[in-house]
Amino acid sequence: MGRERIRPGSIIDGFEVGEKLHEGGMAEIFAVTKPGCDLPLVMKVPLILEGDDPTMIVSFEQEQMILPRLSGPHVPKTIAIGDFSREPYIVMERIAGVSLLEKFKAAPLPISEVVEIGARVAAALASLHRQDVLHLDLKPSNIMFRPAAEPAKVVSGFASGEAAHEKAEPAKVVSGFASGEAAPSFGGEAVFIDFGLSRHLKLPDLLAEEFRVPMGTAPYIAPEQVMKLREEPRSDLFALGAMLYALATGERPFGNPKHTTKALMRRLYEVPTPPRVIRPEVPGFLQEIILRLLEVKPDKRYPSAGQLAFDLAHPDHVVLTERSRREKTHWMRNFLAGRFGGAKAPLTRLEAYRHAATAPIIMVAVDLSEGGASLHEPLRDILRRLLATAPESRLACVNVLKTAVIGLDPLTTESGESVHVQRLVELRGWAADMRLPPERITFHVLESADPAEAITSFARNNHVDHLVLGARGSGGVRRYLGSVSTAVVAEAPCTVTVARVPPAESEAA
Amino acid sequence: MRIGILSDIHANREGFEAALSALRRLGTDRIVLLGDIVGYGADPEYCVETAARLMEDGAIGILGNHDAAIDGSDEDMNRIAREAIRWTRTRLLPEHRAVLKNLAISHRVEDALFVHASASQPAEWFYITDERNAERSLRATDARITVVGHVHRPHLWRLTSQGTATGHAPHQGVENPLAQSQRWLAVIGSAGQARDGRPGAGYGLLDLARRSLTFGRVDYDHYTAARKVREAGLPDQLAERLLRGE
Repeated sequence: MGRERIRPGSIIDGFEVGEKLHEGGMAEIFAVTKPGCDLPLVMKVPLILEGDDPTMIVSFEQEQMILPRLSGPHVPKTIAIGDFSREPYIVMERIAGVSLLEKFKAAPLPISEVVEIGARVAAALASLHRQDVLHLDLKPSNIMFRPAAEPAKVVSGFASGEAAHEKAEPAKVVSGFASGEAAPSFGGEAVFIDFGLSRHLKLPDLLAEEFRVPMGTAPYIAPEQVMKLREEPRSDLFALGAMLYALATGERPFGNPKHTTKALMRRLYEVPTPPRVIRPEVPGFLQEIILRLLEVKPDKRYPSAGQLAFDLAHPDHVVLTERSRREKTHWMRNFLAGRFGGAKAPLTRLEAYRHAATAPIIMVAVDLSEGGASLHEPLRDILRRLLATAPESRLACVNVLKTAVIGLDPLTTESGESVHVQRLVELRGWAADMRLPPERITFHVLESADPAEAITSFARNNHVDHLVLGARGSGGVRRYLGSVSTAVVAEAPCTVTVARVPPAESEAA
Repeated sequence: MRIGILSDIHANREGFEAALSALRRLGTDRIVLLGDIVGYGADPEYCVETAARLMEDGAIGILGNHDAAIDGSDEDMNRIAREAIRWTRTRLLPEHRAVLKNLAISHRVEDALFVHASASQPAEWFYITDERNAERSLRATDARITVVGHVHRPHLWRLTSQGTATGHAPHQGVENPLAQSQRWLAVIGSAGQARDGRPGAGYGLLDLARRSLTFGRVDYDHYTAARKVREAGLPDQLAERLLRGE
């Protein structure tokens, strides 16, 4: 393409090109301005020279196709697209914060910071996957953090509300950090950049069958990507696992292999050295999470980014398996697997692709007061049906301990037991006959003066996909004063199912 | 330019009307009838007359193998298709036949080529159901976008820079951007005899300015269409097919 190169001072479709901010292998990034546009902007321009690899053009077109279809705080806002018939570029919002690469220089990081980074990136991934887009090239330089405008939401999730819960169950607290430690002070929401290798699940994949070597970045690429599979959302979870491993230990789980199929094949059978072997203070729950993310088979990883974010926000709820207790590198096992054909075995039959929608986080708000009792069975009925149809779903059972707006309520019963603990026990009892395995169910008692607000905040902060609660009666007073369920239906960020008792049996409200 | 595409109407009045009004709601600058106006269904006269009116208003009419068989040979057809063609011949007047005779084998609008079956030897009516046939069609033309029907199952193929064809079943109602660096081959679903597992009238919307293609489908009264097939004494399998969409 014999066109003139874009350089500082050029004017392209009304955008004035400023300084060059970055030059990578595939593209250059310039600061640009446009009269009347206050948002700081950058222009990404592909580095396409005569006779270049056509896959570079295709990759840029794929990014041009995907970026404008994305929305929300976790992606840069697309402003304009210039097409290949004239001048190919993408003008987008300039993200002011720092990239995760900065943090990598300081690794290993404090554990709380690793968890915090993981939670924020997982939240961003949940948003991306919900929009049918897989990033497929997650690495430290492709993840930015917006400047902190306010304390990040995820932090409050486990710092305040859960602290009391941890006290309630000291046996399950695997490290002492979550309750007391101050939140790390860098940055706001995670933002993904560079969608050149990404995939939109509802659009043609221009990159399918374009590359001879696997696409991705060697230390982070998932095993199925090595096998050229590009429709697996959990590939992004693997990459995040590799990053968290490196942030927690200072070492990469598979080193820094050459970018050849042969070198990358090793991760199809190798079990990485457990993080605790490298850094003993890595808590069991974090080792559990990281090694689960690095599982060879996607089915053994977290079913969705939302569920991962949930565990990172509630470390005391992580179910610890054999992974959390591993204490040595399985040199012999790895050697034998590589030598004797274990190499291809794990992925010869890839499980059919399943959308994250089959692994929803379901939340039930349970009213444990006497008036709520008639709704218990209808609620459990709905949940049984939902849980049966989505075998990878998980259930968060929530009860709100209502506190007075002014003044202090007694938080212990007359016999001296904590009301909070009492509620947790009742909540577990309520859920017992649904017989869910521990890894599919968690229990949360929230303290709030405003139950509806507490329920919707919990749903929002924990990426809940489906919220189930009961409505008591439909009588006069509620109609005028408004009920919890009405307020939740109006404000909840997700699907809401409201259970009711059939009219004949309901008490007058 | 927004081009509405109707393919494989197959004398199905109900499907034709539903797909056409779906396109009218979306807004089009031009209509392309991508072949096989007749054959299989019970309303050949209505469909040919409607097609003729559309063409008077600027629509492009492409010849399909069933249209060609009316005044040509039906030797290559399977038994059921042949039976339907023979029945259709008894219904069509010379005016109807003249409309079918005037259909074009292919037509080009800017860098888009419209042809019923394949750009490779169009009158051989190859089915683009695999990489090999997709590749043959893509190599037989320099058009950046080829639009065909004939298969009755929507598919979107392209030629990779490695020189091979690859494709996928497109999502209904999603606007697919057609990247400029690629050459594309779109198989539009049938308006009159769906074979992709669900009764419904398929259509396509090609936007040349936006370089995008949307595969659409609309539900229609396939019960009535199937009942008419039975009442006409056409092979029962043809009615079953409309009911099942496969």
